[in-house]
Amino acid sequence: MKLEELRGKLGYQGILLGGVALLTSAALAYAASITEADIKAAEAADLKQSLTQVLPGEYENDLLKDTIALPGKEGEVLVYRGRRAGNVEAVVYRVVGHGYAGNIVCVMGVSREGKILGVRVISHKETPGLGDKIEPAKSDWIHSFEGKWLGEPLAEKWAVKKDGGVFDQFAGATITPRGVVNAVKGGLEFFEANRTALLEGAVAEGVKHE
Amino acid sequence: MSDSYARITKDGLWDNNIVFAQILGMCPTMAVTSSATNGLGMGLATTAVLVAANALVSAARDFISPDVRIPVYIVLIATLVTLVDVSLNAWAHDLYKVLGLYIALIVANCAVLGRAEAFAAKNGVGASAMDGLMMGLGFTFALTTIGGIREVLGAGTLFANAHLLLGSAFAFLETTVIPDYKGYLLMILPPGGFMVLGFLLAGRRVIESRRAARAEALALAASAT
Repeated sequence: MKLEELRGKLGYQGILLGGVALLTSAALAYAASITEADIKAAEAADLKQSLTQVLPGEYENDLLKDTIALPGKEGEVLVYRGRRAGNVEAVVYRVVGHGYAGNIVCVMGVSREGKILGVRVISHKETPGLGDKIEPAKSDWIHSFEGKWLGEPLAEKWAVKKDGGVFDQFAGATITPRGVVNAVKGGLEFFEANRTALLEGAVAEGVKHE
Repeated sequence: MSDSYARITKDGLWDNNIVFAQILGMCPTMAVTSSATNGLGMGLATTAVLVAANALVSAARDFISPDVRIPVYIVLIATLVTLVDVSLNAWAHDLYKVLGLYIALIVANCAVLGRAEAFAAKNGVGASAMDGLMMGLGFTFALTTIGGIREVLGAGTLFANAHLLLGSAFAFLETTVIPDYKGYLLMILPPGGFMVLGFLLAGRRVIESRRAARAEALALAASAT
């Protein structure tokens, strides 16, 4: 039978579709298996880079391997810990703020004393030109958190100026900085609530000296 | 044969340009062209998919039943896009962070399916690959042009962050066209894309109608003698 006649048969068409699906799935499975390790490594490097941005200075351990998971207000929070001489000197974790156009994901570094070492926005969908001043490339605003803690400014002053607080808002965008300020404040409250667990976690908590 | 390749080239780059003539692939066109670099990256990624999809469809065209061709093309294109997506993520991660969101959009670019259907299903592998390449370059040209105009008007720069896309050797492309520019937000936001595209389409019309008028005048002069 000629290929042209065969092509009109229902059975051939079914086999063709099945064959194409099988071949393409095989190609995808193979591609996934050879890229998996590289993608994981690249993502780990990304994470490490964002962690070191909010944790200035040197720590003796691999931050990615010294983690502890604690319950927070919105699900479990994975905390990365930096140590010097065996003591937890600083912790880093993710906080999520609610912006004008969805979630604003930030990482914040907090020192043993509860002071903010740094905050960075990892991902957001805020309006370009208005809300994106939370990115360090666009404005210095995100650095205004450094050195702050829950006693300075006082709790009721942890807000943008429009709400009677101390943090600047942006011209044309109040919701975005308000979301970030609230998220950072929530992050500090999380630190206070879990201070003991965060700082006293034994070295046995999965620390690997390599 | 060389004549038809010249035809394919001219078709892809200008006469039948995906964006300027066929007005296809508007979703990625509007979404990524907030800067010249983004447009260039999206254009190049789409070109890779167009070449591969056209070559594959052309090679398999005798086996594909006309009745089920559309699902077969879609599966092939979606697979190719996913392959591009995971390989960029694994081996060009910095580029992926810039383009990652948009790679998946290539599946939704009807121009890829359009070329498979309109060209690759009826032509040889070589010609189909050439068509994919030229259509892709035409698309890249269109996206980079729109992106460049929006970037200059909206942010006062041109090819900002080009080193992320092309490597540090191309950092020289990054220029500040208007120093101390406050930015014109409208151009970066989606309406700016539609406005720039509208002006470019109008401009193309003007060029084409002038050409046609000139050709007509020449033909008239030739018939008069």
